[in-house]
Parts: sequence; C-alpha cells; structure tokens
Amino acid sequence: METYYNPDDLKKFSHIGEFQKSMADKFFQYYGEVFKDGTLTEREKSLIALGVAHALQCPYCIDAYTSSSLEKGCTEEQMMEAVHVAGAIRGGATLAHGVQMMNQTKKLMM
Amino acid sequence: MKSLLAQEHLLSKSTEQLHVLNQNGFAKFRDKLTGIGLNPLKPTSIDIFQMNVGKMCNQTCKHCHVDAGPDRKEIMTKQTMQTCLEILSKHDIPIVDITGGAPEMNPNFRWFVEEVKKLGKHILVRCNLTIILAGKSYHSLPEFFAKHHVEIVSSLPHYTKFRTDRQRGDGVFDKSIEALTMLNNVGYGLEDSGLMLNLVYNPTGAILPGPQKTLQDEYKLKLKQEFGIMFNNLFVITNLPISRFLDYLLVSGNYHDYMSQLIDAFNPAAALGVMCRNTLSIGWDGYIYDCDFNQMLDMKVQGTSTHISEFDLEALSNRDIAVNQHCFGCTAGLGSSCGGQMV
Repeated sequence: METYYNPDDLKKFSHIGEFQKSMADKFFQYYGEVFKDGTLTEREKSLIALGVAHALQCPYCIDAYTSSSLEKGCTEEQMMEAVHVAGAIRGGATLAHGVQMMNQTKKLMM
Repeated sequence: MKSLLAQEHLLSKSTEQLHVLNQNGFAKFRDKLTGIGLNPLKPTSIDIFQMNVGKMCNQTCKHCHVDAGPDRKEIMTKQTMQTCLEILSKHDIPIVDITGGAPEMNPNFRWFVEEVKKLGKHILVRCNLTIILAGKSYHSLPEFFAKHHVEIVSSLPHYTKFRTDRQRGDGVFDKSIEALTMLNNVGYGLEDSGLMLNLVYNPTGAILPGPQKTLQDEYKLKLKQEFGIMFNNLFVITNLPISRFLDYLLVSGNYHDYMSQLIDAFNPAAALGVMCRNTLSIGWDGYIYDCDFNQMLDMKVQGTSTHISEFDLEALSNRDIAVNQHCFGCTAGLGSSCGGQMV
C-alpha cells in the first residue's frame, strides 16, 4: 500500500545533497557535531531527540531515536519519560495559550 | 525453553542457517573484504586458544549462538583436554579462553584450570554467573577462580532486571547480582586486587550496540548505586545472526532490517581487528575453528590441521580464515569481538 511516509526513505535522508550539496554537507557536519558527547552525553542527547521527535510527530525521527536510545542502553521507562516530557510541553503550551483565550474573552465580554 | 536441537527446529542445522544467510541478495562479506584488500583474511598471530568445553548450560538464553541449554549433552572429554594441554605446553600461546555452555559444568573443569595454570598461561573463563548459585558444588567457584587468578567474563545484558530476564530467563538478573556480589567479596572487580571481572553487554533485540564507553559508564554508575557492585570493563558485543538469535530475527520480522544495518555499518577498521585473526577456537570434540561462531556453524578451519590430533601451528598461522555472511556482525560499526568493541 502506498503511503506518504515510507520507512525505507529514512535511509535516503543522506541523499538530500543530490539537489543541494553544499547546504546538505554543512547540515550533516553540524548534525554530527551536535550529537557527539559534549557537556551532555550522547545518551542524554538521544533521549532529548526522542522527545523532540514525538513533539514534532516525525515518524522517521521516532524510529531513528528509538533505535539510538536503545543502542545507548536507555530503558523503556526512560524513553517513555522522555515522551511524557514532550507531551507535557505540548499540553502545557496548549494550555498556556488558554491565558490568551481568557484575556480575549475578558476583553470582549462584559 | 528447549534448545533448537531438542525442538528439532530446522535452524538447529548449520546448513539451514547458512542457507538463510545467503539468500535475499545481500552484499557478500567476502566481496567487502576484497574491496578493502583483506581477502583472503589471514591470521596476524595466534594469541588466544579458545576452548568450548561443552554445550551444556544451566540457562537457555534467547539469543544464544551456541544453542546451549540443560538438554545439550556435548561435553569435552578429559582426553581431549589432555591433548589441548600438550599443545599449550609446546606452543607460546599466552591466553586460554574457556567457554561453553556453562564451562563449569564440565566435570573436569577445575582440574583443567589447575593444569593450564601450571603452564603459566593467562586463563579467562566465560562464566554465566548463575552457575555459581546452581548447586552447592559450584558455590566455591569465586574462591577457586581467585586462587588461580582466572579472569572472569560474564554476560549481563542490562543493569535492569526487566531487560536481563527477558533475554536470559526469569530470575537470572537477581541471581547474577548475587553472584557478582560473591565475586566482589573475594576481590573480583575491585581496584588493585588484580582479579579481573569484566561484564558483557549485548543488545536485547534487533539493534546494534552503542559505544562501549558510554554503556560502561552507565553500568558502573547504576550497578554501584543500586547494588554496590564493582567491575573492571564492559565488553560490548554485537549479536551475530546465527542460531537462536537468527530464529528470533526471522520470527520477529527483523531479519532483513538487521542484516541491512550490519552490512551498511561495515567498518574496514573493525575488519582489520576481527578476533579470528589472533584466535583459534576448539570445539568440544577437538575440531578446530576460526572462532566460536564458525564453530557453531560447523565451518572448520581450512587446510590440513582441522583437529587437535593433527595440530600444526605453522599451518594454522598461515591458513585462510573461513568467512560467511554472519561475519558482518563482527565488522559493523565499532566492531565486535569476545573482548568487546575494537575501534
């Protein structure tokens, strides 16, 4: 069945340079640098990426950073906590906008 | 859980495993070696004499490449061990690596360790930990190992009970922790004790292992914090697609992706350092192999010296190492060997 998202396309991510090489090269160099051990470990960065992948709802990133987190020894519980962090921020961001709704309501209504 | 052999499973036959591994049009391992100028793969030196002293084990782990378990009866005889001792006394091979199954279940295990020690060799035993608690006669193993300065290498696929038990069986984690505490109590894994206790991590599923250093730091922290356990090094090993792990990959629908991952991650630097280049692997019946994985696939060494009864170190040092598709497991990413990652 044809779908918009094809799991095999994840492997083709590195081919984006085919249409614009210099920017792709710069991006992948930067990307590689970002995920190296720094003041945060590679493991911590994988969990952050997993949470962000869920917030962005990117299926490629979810697959990639599920594998990456598992490879770095993360537990199922830690990974789900990362997803909850994403959920809490998304939910919080929605609810925080409720203040805007409240402000507008109060302005409009007697 | 029964072994594949006891189940009369098709994959208990090495020919069937090799048949599966050579289907689907994957890139060939030999071609990859040719591409980097390493075909035929040759030994560098023979430093490790690895002996599989039997397939009997008190555990039946889901990923076991030996297909070991309580129902396996293949055990190395004292006579075969004696022939190995004669070989070791004649040749300058510094390390004797004893594996199984659970090698301690071989009735001549302790005698053999004592005899090897007399030859001045460094001895390494691949101990599954739970064997120490498997019966009264095994409870003194930590003291025995310490007395003979045996290096211990033990699998602990994760520092959590959930993941370890899922791979190695219910209750294995708790027993492993108890056994590790017993080993620590006689000095193993403690700084400056000279008694080496190394743990082995291999993924509990169809994924490649991450960097050894990252995992080792995490293991050290968690095991110390939660159980007060100390150890020296963590060896990170990739699961090779053979035997029970191959069965798991096929049944779970992960085989194709896993093989693709291994092949895509082929690393020439890892290929240079594969363990078969400095190891000989001896089967329970005295046949000689390039590694324990080739042994389980019945791929004997090439040449005339295929059994310890006709051991010829010079011929073995110049042999072409037998390779097949499973070898991609040792050359993926940071590499994999019985001593962990190589790159």
